[in-house]
Formats: sequence, C-alpha cells, structure tokens
Amino acid sequence: MLSRRQVGWIFAGPALLVIAVFFALPVAAGLALSVTDFDLYALADVSTLRFVALDNYARLLRTPLFWQALGNTFYFVLVGVPVSIGLSLAAALLLDSKLARFQPFFRTALFAPVVTTVVAVAVIWRYLLHTRYGLINQLLDATGIGVIDWLGNPHWSMPAIILFAAWKNFGYNMIILLAALQAIPRDLYEAARVDGAGTLARLRHITLPMLTPTLVMVGIMTVSGYFQLFAEPYVMTQGGPLRSTVSALYFMYEEGFRWWNLGNASAVAFLLFVVIFAATWVLTRFDRGRGGATA
Amino acid sequence: MNQRVAIWVVNGLLAGLAFVALFPLAWMVSVSFMQPGAASTLPTPIFPASPTLENYRTLFGSIGMGRYFFNSLLIAVLATLISVTFNVMAGYAFAKLQFSGRDAIFKTLLGALVIPGQVAMLPLFLMLKPLGLVNSYGGALVPTMASVFGIFLVRQFARGIPDDLLEAARMDGASEWRIFVLVVVPLLRPVLATLAIFAFLGTWNDFMWPLIVLTDDPLHTLPVALAGLSREHVQDNELMMAGSVVTILPVLVIFLALQRHYMAGLMAGSVKG
Repeated sequence: MLSRRQVGWIFAGPALLVIAVFFALPVAAGLALSVTDFDLYALADVSTLRFVALDNYARLLRTPLFWQALGNTFYFVLVGVPVSIGLSLAAALLLDSKLARFQPFFRTALFAPVVTTVVAVAVIWRYLLHTRYGLINQLLDATGIGVIDWLGNPHWSMPAIILFAAWKNFGYNMIILLAALQAIPRDLYEAARVDGAGTLARLRHITLPMLTPTLVMVGIMTVSGYFQLFAEPYVMTQGGPLRSTVSALYFMYEEGFRWWNLGNASAVAFLLFVVIFAATWVLTRFDRGRGGATA
Repeated sequence: MNQRVAIWVVNGLLAGLAFVALFPLAWMVSVSFMQPGAASTLPTPIFPASPTLENYRTLFGSIGMGRYFFNSLLIAVLATLISVTFNVMAGYAFAKLQFSGRDAIFKTLLGALVIPGQVAMLPLFLMLKPLGLVNSYGGALVPTMASVFGIFLVRQFARGIPDDLLEAARMDGASEWRIFVLVVVPLLRPVLATLAIFAFLGTWNDFMWPLIVLTDDPLHTLPVALAGLSREHVQDNELMMAGSVVTILPVLVIFLALQRHYMAGLMAGSVKG
C-alpha cells in the first residue's frame, strides 16, 4: 500500500508536471534563448547558434521601433487602465445604488462583452469605427463634432483601441468592485447621513477609502493584463497606421514569428516581464504606503 | 436631490451603459443577416432590409467555417476535461494531503503567477517542434492542461472539507483514489463547474498561442481563422459579422446558462490568497 506522502505526490503530480514542462522549463529556456543569436539559420541547423551575452538587449535599446512599441504600450496602459477602471467604478456605483431597478439584468448586460472573443468583437468595432459607414462616425457627424478617421490617423488609432478595450473589459472589474461595495457596512452610511453628510461627502469619505484595497488589486490585475496588448491591434490596425499601435507583444510576435529572430524576441519578452513586474510592484508599495491591506 | 429625479438619472445611466455594452453585439447579429454589400450603404442600415442566410451559407460552404468550429470545439472540450481533472487532483492534494515540499511548492506556484505566459511562448514553440507537436491539436492543448489559478481555486474550496470525513473513510478501508472519487469530487462539484467554464471560455477565446502553434489552415481555431479572414475579406462586412456571430454565440450562451458559477469563480479568484 502507498504511503500518505506518495499519495500526495501522485495527486499533485500530473498538474505539476504539466506546469514544470510546459511553463517553468520554457521560461528558463527563454532566458537562455535571449542571450543567443537564435534565428532562421539556427532553426535549420542548431550548430550555428552562438552565445551573444547581452547583445540582444543592448541592440533592442538602440532600436527605435522597440522604443516606439514600448511607448505605445505605456500609452495604452496609462490611459486605458484609468479609463477602464473609471468606467467599472461608475457602473458598480450605479448598480449598487438602492435606486437601481432590474439589477440582475443590468449586471448581466454590462458583463456580456467580457465573455466575448476579442478577435470577433474587434471585427465588429473595426466596422463601427469605419470612416464612412461606421455608426460611431455617423453619430459624431450628426452631433456636429465631425468624422474621425479612427483607425487611419496615427493620433486616433490608440484612442480607438483604448475605447474598444474599455468596452470589452470594464464589466470584469465592475463585478469585483460591486462585491466590495456591497461588503461596506450600511451602518457607516447611516451614521454619516445622521451627521449630515451628503451623497458626495459619503462617496469621498466612506466609499472610496473602504474601496481602496480592492481598487489597488483591480489596478494591479488590469495593468498587468493591459501590458499584454496584442489581439486588438493585430485585428483592428495591424500595428498601423505609421506603427502607432505596435505594442510590445506585437513587436515580439513579429520579431519571433515573422522574422524568426527568436533570440531577440525572447529578450523583448523578458524586458516586458521586467516592466510589468516593476509596475505592479510600485502599485503594491502605493497600497502599503497608504496603510492598505492588500499584501 | 429629488428622489424621483434621482431614480431616473440612475436608471437612465444604467440603461445607457447597457445599450453601449449590447448594441455592438446586437448589430453584429443584424448585419450578419444582410445582403452582401448592404451594410456599406448610406445611411448605414440598422436592420436588414431583406434578411438572408447567404452569409452563413458562404461561411459554412466555400470558406469551411464548420472545420474551424470543430477545431475550436475539440480543443476547448479536451482542454476543459484535462485541466479540470489535473487541477482538481492537485488542488485537493495541496489542501488535504501531506507530502514533502508541499507548502514550498505551493508558494512557488503562486509566485509564478506574476510571469506572463508570453515569456514561455517562443521557447515552448521551439521545444514542441522536434516533438512534432507544432501544427497539431496537441500543441494547442499543452499549455492549457493545468493552471495555477485552477489549482488555487480548488485548494481554497477543498480546505473546507472536514478531515474527520476523510479519516472515517480511511478507517473503513477505502483507498485514497476511492475517497477522492466518491467523497471529495462530489463535495467539490460547484468548483468543478466554475473551473470547467473558465477553462472552456479561456481556451475558446484564446488567440495568441493558437495563432503561433497552428500554422496550417485546416487546424485553425475560430479566432485564428476569423483574424485571417478579416484581413483577406476587408470589404465583406456582412460575411465577417456572420463569422463573429458563429465565434461569439457559443460562449455567450454558455455564460448565460451558467452565469452563477462563472461569477463565483471570478469572485474567488480575486480574493487574496
């Protein structure tokens, strides 16, 4: 008969094996790959592979397109995350209001875009944003703002992708924030009301402070997700116009699977990882600094 | 503020948001029934003037969407079955079975959550190539077969199982496997449903890895095929909308039917470990 210890390993084994072989090993191999000149020739004949130390990283830092891709990604994160979370928070506050009717219906309706397939809804939005036949432009034109060449003008391409991403994703954080709102003790509001605090004062002095740990956690998850922008520009703009929507991952994909510079592409992946790690670390510090509880 | 005005403002804003959330999806369905070219007339129609199934006929006829649908379904179903099995076994082990290194391994797993999956994609592609798994269903499946998030979810849930119950079964001479199948799995049924939905939707909607590993057209999943088609058929909007309907409808239906389990998983995943 098997000992208890062996049983534990047997039960955990298959999942751990999968994670070790298909995740941990490739991550380690990726780090190794990023210090080699693995390219199309090495793909055909591994003996041409050379160790190049940090050359890939050094070259990337001198590549204008890499910086542009990083800049585009930061643009998407710095604007897209506040817009998305702002929308999530507004929707959660509305749903939490005791004045709201048909709450289950609204909750499901607002959440629906989250479960849809990015590629498929990007196809819809590409047409909604069409300069001539897009309904969004017809609406803008009717209100006198005028037509915007969303996907053809490098100044509007990233805002268009941000709008799309906010629409697609806001429902996810909305549900988490709604649960946090519902967990705030109602007595707090009652006490404040007795003390004469108005709606806005209650929002500022009770709701938002009580919500801060959840907001930080939601912020961390969203920042780390938004740094991984890929499918949206792939379908809607193919990185254009004028490379204004090439994200870090899009750049990695092109380096790796279009030009087969796999060493270089791995270096991009690790630099992106470092950036994500640093950004989320800063956010956790921010929370601790404010005495938050998200450890 | 006047109570009645406030009610109108709150519900009006909610209705406006719901309209924005649902309109693109409703319009997609509407356009998919329009005659080819009908959506490219001014003013852009909202409803089809003379509804037709022609786009769907083209999609499943000459374009062969049925094949892509089958690929997506097969990969998503297999990924769901395998990952639920592996994650439940591991989650139970981490919650209730003692084995050497258990807590250290679990901490490492949680730490690994910060590593984005894309870091592993390039080397994984190179590893799978000599194994003959590039361009195969197996290649698309391997990274989906277990997940740290899934193990974590099961562990949280399985910790609530009373130890006495397991000990009593052991006293009765039941084997560990029997205990798992007859006692543990039935108790974990709600979390099984949650895991299954997450795995199915995640695999069905996944884009980057299938795009990389499935390079031959006959193996493409719906999102990969749709992305390719949308680059070729830029003008055929009605056809593309029909393609989007076919891709989105299954996940939307599953979500609506099993919403409760989906939301439960979302909440459990967001609480700190």
